[in-house]
Amino acid sequence: MSDDIADVKVTVTVNGRPRRAAVPPRLTLADFLRERCQLTGTHLGCEHGVCGACSVLLDGEAVCACLMFAVQADGAEVTTVEGLSPGDGELSPVQAAFRDHHGLQCGFCTPGFVVSVTAFLRDNPDPSDDQIREALSGNLCRCTGYQGIFKAVRAAAESSSASATPSETR
Amino acid sequence: MSGPAVGGAARYAGTRVHRVEDTRLLTGTGTFADDVTRAGLLHAFFVRSPHARAAILSVDATEALALPGVIAVFTAADLNGDIREQWYTIDGPDIPDTPRPPLADGMVRYVGDPVALVVAEDRYIAEDAAELVMVDYDPLDPVVDYATARESEVLVHDAYPGNVAGEIPGAPFETLDEVCDGAAHVLTETIREQGQAAVPMEGRGLTAEWSGGELTLWSASQAPHEVRLFASRLLGVPEHKVRTITRDVGGGFGQKVVPQREEMCVLLAVRKVPGPLKWTEDRQENLLSAGQARHEHGDVRMAFADDGTMLATSIDHTDDVGSYPTPWPVGPGIAVGMMFPGPYRVAAGTFKHTSMFSNTVGRTAYRGPWAFETLARELCLDIAARRMGIDPAELRRRNILRRDEMPYSNPVGMPYDHMSPNETFEQALSILGYEEFRKEQAAARAEGRYLGVGISTYVEPTASAMPYYGSEGATIRVEPSGKINVYMAGGSTGNSLETTAVMLTADALGARIEDVSTIQGDTAVTPFGPGTGGSRSGPMIAGAVGETASILRERLLAIAAGKLEADVADVELSESSASVKGDPDASVTFAEIANLAYFQPAALPPGVPAGLEASARYAAQAMMLWANATHVCTCEVDTVTGAVKLLRYIVSEDCGPMINPNLVEGQIAGGVVQGIGGALMEHLAYDEDGNPVSTTFMDYMLPTSTEVPVIEYGHVETPGPNPGGYKGVGEGGAIGAPAAVANAVADALSPFGVTVTQLPLTPDAIVGLISSAGGAS
Repeated sequence: MSDDIADVKVTVTVNGRPRRAAVPPRLTLADFLRERCQLTGTHLGCEHGVCGACSVLLDGEAVCACLMFAVQADGAEVTTVEGLSPGDGELSPVQAAFRDHHGLQCGFCTPGFVVSVTAFLRDNPDPSDDQIREALSGNLCRCTGYQGIFKAVRAAAESSSASATPSETR
Repeated sequence: MSGPAVGGAARYAGTRVHRVEDTRLLTGTGTFADDVTRAGLLHAFFVRSPHARAAILSVDATEALALPGVIAVFTAADLNGDIREQWYTIDGPDIPDTPRPPLADGMVRYVGDPVALVVAEDRYIAEDAAELVMVDYDPLDPVVDYATARESEVLVHDAYPGNVAGEIPGAPFETLDEVCDGAAHVLTETIREQGQAAVPMEGRGLTAEWSGGELTLWSASQAPHEVRLFASRLLGVPEHKVRTITRDVGGGFGQKVVPQREEMCVLLAVRKVPGPLKWTEDRQENLLSAGQARHEHGDVRMAFADDGTMLATSIDHTDDVGSYPTPWPVGPGIAVGMMFPGPYRVAAGTFKHTSMFSNTVGRTAYRGPWAFETLARELCLDIAARRMGIDPAELRRRNILRRDEMPYSNPVGMPYDHMSPNETFEQALSILGYEEFRKEQAAARAEGRYLGVGISTYVEPTASAMPYYGSEGATIRVEPSGKINVYMAGGSTGNSLETTAVMLTADALGARIEDVSTIQGDTAVTPFGPGTGGSRSGPMIAGAVGETASILRERLLAIAAGKLEADVADVELSESSASVKGDPDASVTFAEIANLAYFQPAALPPGVPAGLEASARYAAQAMMLWANATHVCTCEVDTVTGAVKLLRYIVSEDCGPMINPNLVEGQIAGGVVQGIGGALMEHLAYDEDGNPVSTTFMDYMLPTSTEVPVIEYGHVETPGPNPGGYKGVGEGGAIGAPAAVANAVADALSPFGVTVTQLPLTPDAIVGLISSAGGAS
């Protein structure tokens, strides 16, 4: 039982801000973010690693926060959907593309898609259509039929590769 | 290009305006049910039955209660007796409703049946404690198969002989015998659809807070006002002491139209615990307990003249309503029979509907709850066409209704009007290039590749005038600054009702869209509305906004005319200003008008009241608004592996003018992909002992981006007889898709002599069909 095992002190840098907490070893990273950090943009759609709604960036890599314990993120940098927008109601290029192409309806799966797509386009700024479909297949959406999501990723890729042309890309 | 508006000039209606919901949802700052937190919040978790049918001998919560952090463990004896009234507004109190206890009392009737409710300080502790609640069961034989439940000696509910939840017959099937006996071709087939689930990405959820005789509810609901009414009756708390707040809801698709048993438990328990109580359904619970849909079959008879003219149709329809259907399933079941003739000219028809209990999860609504009529009819038309040697498109062409035949009463009495079946049909075939595809198909077959094309066409009643759904209210305030808020009941679950209300209000008042906002989902401040359901929201929002805005337009114009010393008839509203026609300099902003209305009431023209706020209610005039559509799908089937690759998917629909084409296409696409899932992969399945075998996303397969083709849209516009002419579009995609996909597969496999009568068409099922048909001819 939880009371038998002592809490563990962790420090996780979440969206650039260090968060120190004593957590039960079994606390998932998703619940740590939602309940301890009050960052409720990370959603739980299945809690078994299929739907992708809880996707966050862990040291830059997209992971399912439901499949990790908070203690495993000790010392890591985590970026949630809240950390992707420039702030003040502004949208990141991926977020803006989702808005422009009706890439979301109920919005529950959306943070996971935005996080996954952000990582995908960073690693593959000029993807083929099939690569986009493959990249999206780790996230489930029940509202859009993926039509607007696909268009949004296509458009975000085109605008980012266009804007990245003059300068060096990472 | 903009479309019609409801009062005022259309500037936004008909255009692809960005959604007002998107920024908060994209930045992770929406508020879904589990995002709500309250001081002292407690957490609920259910102990559920592991048996399909068993007697509960005892429940021992001693160990659970001893766990630190556990507040209470409730059983049926603690909660069920507190119910004052339990009925849904959509049905009223007088229908022969099926049983629906909050917690299982004495018997469990499906795997997942809630037996006890654990309340703890923390969700993790609540789940630990649930494992410590010792329930002693005496397992009994279950009734798993609804189709044979009538013959079973076992009864799901003792009060229902033969496990029949209800039956509604039309005219006797024998009345068609004469027509059928004289017909050149008569088709009889049994069509079967597998169990499926709505699967909103967010499960159900409810937080309840009981404070000083007032109840506040944060609910994942398609109908916040119904949650309030239901809670009010259930607990005997006056309606005005109950407030429901619903901000963002992660999909509903029918599953969240009414509170179910778990929500009842939370409502009944919250007055007995020392703090607000939250229940968040997890995915396993959602697939186990939130409801099944689609599990049904129909015995079809269709009679044709020699030239393919449809002479008669009938369907003997039976569905699985599980153990605790919600709401009452029998009445809605009749819609399958009523809609079975579809968009065709058929002189004679009848039906019968039977709802059967089984020891499985209860039936709930799912997007186009009657959609089986389209699956059964359209599969049978393709089978009949093949047997008669007529191309399936040509058979439909000979029978499909034209706009100039409206109004038209189908043979079981549905009053069709304002629709265009043959136009969407021809448009969809033309977008595909049907004849070219047939050539491509022939060429592919010569190479040993199996392509197919499937057609599905249907008519759909939207936005009905039935009492519960037949009206909608709007309150509009031009605030003292001139900014505008429109208050509506809401119930948006992804269907963009905020954007819809803002667009229509901006047009109706001549306001800039950025000056309009909307407040929905809070029963404390919004007029009653029955929420999202029955593809009603678009047309009903248009009606309500139109009614209310007309009052405010009159006031804005009167105040402006007074200020500008002009005749009211010469003043027009646009760009959040009132100006004299032909004299743009003679203009007064809404901010100036509002300043007068609120702060200088003495300066208002005679008879104009202070303030700028109005409420009104729209009542639907037409019994229903008829939408229609044709879906055309092409696919390639790998006859070795049974894999289906969808190649093109076309939807041509007539939902009247579009308020926002993005939203219309989004609704269609989402529904189509749910239908594709139902045709090819989704299966809410039970084993022969009644154990559910698809309670994770590893087992309940949803379509992903790799299985879904690009969806192409065609639009035909026949306005309905309502403000703006807008018709509903929420459910159609899901209605049309299963048959289009299944017919495409059947067409691809036609060289094998395969007849498709059953979903889902999994690779396994397809390989089985081919092997049992004995190979290609």
